[in-house]
Amino acid sequence: MNIDDKLYTLKYSVDTKSHLNPDNEQCRLCESRCCTYICPAGVYEWNEESQSLIVNYENCLECGACRIACERKSIGWQYPKGTKGVTFKQG
Amino acid sequence: MNKTENKTEVIVVGAGPAGIACAITLAKAGKEVVLIERGLFAGSKNVFGGAIYTQAVKEVFPDFEKNAPLERRNIEHNYLILGEKDSTNISYRKSDNSSYSIVRAKFDRWMAEEARNAGVYIVEETVVRELIKDKNKVIGVRTELEEYYADIVVLADGVNSLLAKQIGLRKNIDTKDVALSVKEVVKLDKDTINQRFHLKDDEGSIVEIFGGPMLGMLGLGFMYTNEDCITIGLGVTLNELVEANYRPFEMLERLKQHPSIAPLVEGGTLKEYSAHLIPEGGYKKIPKLVDNGVMIVGDAAMLVNNLHWEGTNLAMISGKLAAETAIEALDCGDFSKKSLSAYPKRLQKSFVLKDMKTYKDLFDVMHQRKRAFLSYYLKKVNAFFEMFTSSDCVPKKDHYHKFIKSIFTDRKISELFKDVWAIVRLLWSILL
Repeated sequence: MNIDDKLYTLKYSVDTKSHLNPDNEQCRLCESRCCTYICPAGVYEWNEESQSLIVNYENCLECGACRIACERKSIGWQYPKGTKGVTFKQG
Repeated sequence: MNKTENKTEVIVVGAGPAGIACAITLAKAGKEVVLIERGLFAGSKNVFGGAIYTQAVKEVFPDFEKNAPLERRNIEHNYLILGEKDSTNISYRKSDNSSYSIVRAKFDRWMAEEARNAGVYIVEETVVRELIKDKNKVIGVRTELEEYYADIVVLADGVNSLLAKQIGLRKNIDTKDVALSVKEVVKLDKDTINQRFHLKDDEGSIVEIFGGPMLGMLGLGFMYTNEDCITIGLGVTLNELVEANYRPFEMLERLKQHPSIAPLVEGGTLKEYSAHLIPEGGYKKIPKLVDNGVMIVGDAAMLVNNLHWEGTNLAMISGKLAAETAIEALDCGDFSKKSLSAYPKRLQKSFVLKDMKTYKDLFDVMHQRKRAFLSYYLKKVNAFFEMFTSSDCVPKKDHYHKFIKSIFTDRKISELFKDVWAIVRLLWSILL
């Protein structure tokens, strides 16, 4: 089962503005770009062409792993607004 | 709450087990308390493995076994050691009521409703963005829309606790001090679950999983049985995931495909996928727990006993003890750091910090010796049973000699001494 199928089981209320804001200057210099593989929702993808990080913030599970793992500590990370983000019905 | 001034006696940030336990204890003592939750309802942003511990829950909700939404009463603990293709299971079974499986979102909602009935004013769908300070004292919180003021603010805002960080009580978290956990709730019918886990009626089983896709990593897997679904997940220390270049959900897929696990989840449909961080730093990484006008409880205070898979019980008791401290502080009108430091003292006297202190060296040792204890010896346990159960017309004595010899020749002999020393050191720190 791929990650999209897994995320399909969740209820989201998507904001128009991202609550995850990586500093792209830092991302260009980053060696591991570990956010692109440790994120349990696959939120981050590196775009070679534009040399920038694509942030699928609408899939975020709000765990905070990227914030801590980012080797350059350059992900502006905050919780989505009160009415937004993921809702766990099981937890 | 006096709405005209937006001022109350206590604000609790976060409606998880710690925050709710704190709020209801305050309300029952007749104190004014506002509980602020960022999710749609209490529990909607919360994730955990699967079991609550009866004794700790009773301390806050004495009659919960009669009223709360419970799934199953756990009667069996399994310790499952997975090799590449084989496995060894140690199982302990006893019919008592020491823990229950629950659905977090339902149970927390029930706890919050009990708190509301006890007089807690719950504000949902509201994110506290920062704490308001006057000189050196925390005097309130700033949400997206308004400011609320209180004599005491209790931070129960979970493992990431951005608020504790804002006021300098917590430092940046190191990747080796948190585990990233992913889990799935898989729907299966009740009879199938009972058959596969050897249960009847509302009996439940817990499976703690070593090795498998986590072999050699500081990570463990888990399974819990709910009424008509099962939970399967794993947690791996974040630094290990970063170094190994692994995607956590792919590890979970590999776990589900292991020949000893696959038959248990077969035919199930995925009900919900989730992820959460678990504080794993232990005793040495507990932050400063109080300052003027503020206390930290639960995951925000990194209160998790990782060896025994305990977290929600430490959270609830810490919330209760913070509430008892707040009640005293309110009665004498002193909200200083000195007055509130009765809270960490209470924690020190309780099992919460005593247990965490007991295992203060455990993670250091496991980080250092993970390849030995979480890979080599796990494989060795399976190798022993493979040998012991085989019937291949080779004399048993030859097998035994070969097995014993392998312990001395598989690795450098110095590794063996390091392991013995690590065990001695660990036992020393745990028992003395």
